[in-house]
Amino acid sequence: MKVLVPVKRVVDYNVKVRVKSDGTGVDIANVKMSMNPFDEIAVEEAVRLKEKGVVTEIIAVTCGVAAAQDILRTAMAIGADRAILVETDVELQPLAVAKLLKALVDKEQPQLVILGKQAIDDDCNQTGQMLAALANLPQGTFASKVEVTGDKVAVTREVDGGLETVSLSLPAVVTTDLRLNEPRYVTLPNIMKARKKPLETIKPADLGVDVTPRIKTLTVAEPPKRGAGVKVADVAALVSKLKNEAKVI
Amino acid sequence: MTALVIAEHDNAHIKGATLNTVTAAAAVGGDVHVLVAGHNAAAAAAAAAQIAGVTKVLHADSAALAEGLAENVAAQVIALASGYSHILFPATASGKNVAPRVAALLDVAQLSDVTKVISADTFERPIYAGNAIATVQSGDATKIITVRTTGFDPAAATGGSAAVESVAAAADSGKSSFVGREVTKSDRPELTAAKIIVSGGRALGSSDKFMEVLTPLADKLGAALGASRAAVDAGYAPNDWQVGQTGKIVAPQLYIAAGISGAIQHLAGMKDSKVIVAINKDPEAPIFSVAADGLETELFTAVPELVAAL
Repeated sequence: MKVLVPVKRVVDYNVKVRVKSDGTGVDIANVKMSMNPFDEIAVEEAVRLKEKGVVTEIIAVTCGVAAAQDILRTAMAIGADRAILVETDVELQPLAVAKLLKALVDKEQPQLVILGKQAIDDDCNQTGQMLAALANLPQGTFASKVEVTGDKVAVTREVDGGLETVSLSLPAVVTTDLRLNEPRYVTLPNIMKARKKPLETIKPADLGVDVTPRIKTLTVAEPPKRGAGVKVADVAALVSKLKNEAKVI
Repeated sequence: MTALVIAEHDNAHIKGATLNTVTAAAAVGGDVHVLVAGHNAAAAAAAAAQIAGVTKVLHADSAALAEGLAENVAAQVIALASGYSHILFPATASGKNVAPRVAALLDVAQLSDVTKVISADTFERPIYAGNAIATVQSGDATKIITVRTTGFDPAAATGGSAAVESVAAAADSGKSSFVGREVTKSDRPELTAAKIIVSGGRALGSSDKFMEVLTPLADKLGAALGASRAAVDAGYAPNDWQVGQTGKIVAPQLYIAAGISGAIQHLAGMKDSKVIVAINKDPEAPIFSVAADGLETELFTAVPELVAAL
């Protein structure tokens, strides 16, 4: 069985981004870029399914600028077999990415698509669900456990109040939550091997998809600053402040 | 211009997040209708009709809608979508699950986690874990929105008297089925609705210590319990307690962070709390940059002292 793993190149999770002074966006020049952490979990899950013998081929795909090849190499170093870059300089919004992925699902016919539940840059949490809808597939979002049995996949989902399990007919789309697995460290020999794995580059037009953004960003601003408070001397002072000044208890 | 709010409910009751979503829908400026899609959900539909500001409740009832499966609920919304300029979901696990499916099927973009309505087509939403606020404008005919509940006050749960209209239920997709649910049972207030939250981090050291130290404080304050990602990953606290960028977004009156260093991803989930108290022995912990009151001390002694002093 073939698995498609869409991944996104984002500002590294350790970087605190700065809003540009002209209010047009955040400054990502010279900032460390990495694979979206949830997508790394998706790649790891696909590799584990391959190690269990459930999966035969893993295709990593990303949509974006030429530099996004880096994270495809990372995905292949974790264990993806080949990669596809849908290259464009246009700002891609989730609906456009979902349409590109739908075209690739039609072409590659994977039984499973595993991707992160959310990218940590735009925090949209949309692409997996949109892809599932466009491809008319069932979805298991926010997965903390994935079990493939025959032509079904059981997905345990992290929901408000606990966990929920759904059973989906394959092919299906799964989006990953934090507790699904802990991605392995990439080793140097595997990085070397990944360099030799095939990476195909195509354009959105090759897939017949219009990626024009639908949502216009008017401004990007700093959030209201929250002044750092005071350090109180002891518990008694704290209780007194909470009771008498803040009046919250 | 009419907005449709997709209610979050358990077939018997309307969940609180629905009320904040109604407020956001009203801010758009037209009539507000509410969809209750469920099974044997007449009680939930009747409750929705009581929400102040709601002019009509649509009630779709079938076994296929019982467990809120995204495929079926999305199909239900699509069947009703043509009459609406805006369709709003609470940005909860279930709203986030369904809304993008609806948007994609309508071929429109989605506005996620909206915190402010500027006009009928322009909204504010946080990006980069809340480190930037984007003002975005949608040119699509239908606006699909998920509403960050902390950005809007809840509408009054009573006082309205909307008509309840039954609508034909969408068919089962046949591609997904509900297997089961493990709900954390608790007498405490729900995390996203609590007025006070006591939250613990990795410094607690173990699941036993987490409960032993923080439970008495939460009990005393009638607070909900929360946790940092590090504490959840380490198994000290259940997953649905996680507060942060990709967990729960909370804004209680009082947030007490014990042994939480305050990674940006955690701050993203709680920095809109009215008063933040940090208890941490590390003077450099980033949590002190947002805390109104910081207590730089060992939490294992400070928390019991606090319990005794309350």
